[in-house]
Amino acid sequence: MKRLSLSQAFAFILRRDLLIALRNRSELANPLLFFVLVITLFPLAVGAEPNLLARIAPGIIWVAALLSSMLSLDAMFRSDFEDGTLEQMLLSAHPVPVLVLAKVTAHWLVTGLPLLLISPLLAMMLGLDEGAYGILLLTVLIGTPILSLIGAIGVALTIGLRKGGIILSLLVLPLYVPVLIFAASAVDMASGGLSAMPQISMMLAFLFLSLSLSPWATAAALRMSMS
Amino acid sequence: MSTSALLQTRDLACVKDDRVLFEGLDLDLEPGRILLVEGRNGSGKTSLLRILTGLSLPESGEVLWQGVPIGEAGPEYYEQVTYVGHHDGLKRDLTALENLRLAQAMGKPSDLDLDQVLERVNLYRFGDNFVSTLSAGQKRRLALARLIATEAQVWIMDEPFTSLDKASMALFQELFEQHLQQGGVIVLTSHHDIEMPDQDVLRLDLSA
Amino acid sequence: MWKWFHQWGSPPHFYRRAGKWLPWLGGLFAVFFISGLVDGLVFAPADYQQGESYRIIYVHVPAAWMSMFIYMVMAVCGIIVLVWRMKMAEIVLISSAPIGASFTFLALVTGSLWGKPMWGTYWVWDARLTSELILLFLYLGVIGLYGAIDEKRMAGRAVAILAIVGAVNIPIIHFSVEWWNSLHQGPTVTKFDKPSIHWSMLLPLLLMAVAFQIYYVWALFLKVRAELLQRERNSRWVEELFRS
Repeated sequence: MKRLSLSQAFAFILRRDLLIALRNRSELANPLLFFVLVITLFPLAVGAEPNLLARIAPGIIWVAALLSSMLSLDAMFRSDFEDGTLEQMLLSAHPVPVLVLAKVTAHWLVTGLPLLLISPLLAMMLGLDEGAYGILLLTVLIGTPILSLIGAIGVALTIGLRKGGIILSLLVLPLYVPVLIFAASAVDMASGGLSAMPQISMMLAFLFLSLSLSPWATAAALRMSMS
Repeated sequence: MSTSALLQTRDLACVKDDRVLFEGLDLDLEPGRILLVEGRNGSGKTSLLRILTGLSLPESGEVLWQGVPIGEAGPEYYEQVTYVGHHDGLKRDLTALENLRLAQAMGKPSDLDLDQVLERVNLYRFGDNFVSTLSAGQKRRLALARLIATEAQVWIMDEPFTSLDKASMALFQELFEQHLQQGGVIVLTSHHDIEMPDQDVLRLDLSA
Repeated sequence: MWKWFHQWGSPPHFYRRAGKWLPWLGGLFAVFFISGLVDGLVFAPADYQQGESYRIIYVHVPAAWMSMFIYMVMAVCGIIVLVWRMKMAEIVLISSAPIGASFTFLALVTGSLWGKPMWGTYWVWDARLTSELILLFLYLGVIGLYGAIDEKRMAGRAVAILAIVGAVNIPIIHFSVEWWNSLHQGPTVTKFDKPSIHWSMLLPLLLMAVAFQIYYVWALFLKVRAELLQRERNSRWVEELFRS
């Protein structure tokens, strides 16, 4: 028999994490609820004037997506850290970055993808220009995996800390700035009837960069945290 | 330098919080050897085990697997080592069998029948039970079943007998002996003494 | 080169050498700083557009340069820490962080002081100021993470990874902020990056830049020495140091 290939090992971990998430269905809705809640706060705070809301909608949606994805980060490695399976993962015969990528993918499927499904609804409630829906979905589709990948590094660095929460946001939020700028500006452009291609291609470049670098940095950080 | 040794340490030193736990440690573990690491709390037993697995890095010195530093041996080494730490390393939301399958998939290729593995640790009827429903002793047995499931040559265990009853302890000592006879290597820490022929047991007291 | 690298990597050697250098560095800093300051505040001509208030660039611009430079030094140290596990690089990295954060803070404060006469307000979301603000957050992240981890060798490796990740991101952040700024044009465009600057204005700028560099090395040596004593308090060389 041969050792599992990289893609098999990846698929194995992905399936395992999705299975566990499925068995904890009740927790699945939490990031989504948070996302909706934050967005509900804005009209209450700045007033329900339709023009104003429509103008700031791209920014609101993206700030809320950023916060929601950041809050769900901790769950990425927390339970594995506590029950010792993270330790076992580092001792696996497979390259750790590949396993890390599988875990980040699973985490994104569970916490990032739902944002994609609900953002059109929220865009409608905020009165975002209908022409911008497509671009909004595209930015969420490209942007949230970047947030998960960058966030993974931060979680891996702080997983061993008793009070990791605040410090995690201090580490991660500044690194989220480019995603926020490009994504919000893409939606902004689209709602003004302009082309958002430059921003979208910039985000794609950023996605590939983080795909290729983040798993290694995360693996190194996990090794540090577990030593 | 004996070439028959599987696992060796050379001039190993460990420093924690500015305190030297041990230094100049040379170990040679040939097939069939069991090393019992003893010492007070905080004397570096767990640190030594974690350095042997490569989870922690030593302050200086190196760990060799068949003469090659473990950092370079990489997967070759990790296929052959299974570690059971303080934590059981089991997922609560997976069944006993699913957990073993995971352990097997992360290690070397094997088509060992996992039902049989469960039978050997007296957990046969519990294969489809979620780990969250198992008792502490059953979880520990399942964690130790990983050792068999992965078919690794080196077993490294931190207090394996915690929450095990007399019968289970005897069972595992029997499994250890079988493993040694098949040319395996065992490193463990334990507050319980192990009942094995003295010539096979290497003792290392870190308090001394 | 390697021998030199090796020698400075040994804590007692670094401690002694740095100690010998300290007074020289302090003196050099004073010379450059005073001449730069006098030249910049007294001899350099006033700007035909901005009058006297432009003179704050003699602090602001070198501080902003240093804030970038020091982060890059930290990232290089980070690579050395991860590849060679060198203790000195860890200490240089973490000792640089507060100095870099101070320069960043200085750049922010002087930038907003300059903004008051120029824009009529202390804060505008100008590209450079916004980048500096985010850079300050990155510095605070490094300092915070180091403080949060008790085991100092572990903390050293953690901030090494963070510094490298940050350094990869800084150009991207910088670029995205520039982009953002060009979309939402602020009240005025920054006048700092002039296409041509007269040498009589440039000279004090360069003097100040050199002064800040020397200050960095001086402050770094002081901090590294203190950190070394703290970390190696149980080692033989520290004991000998205090016995004699």
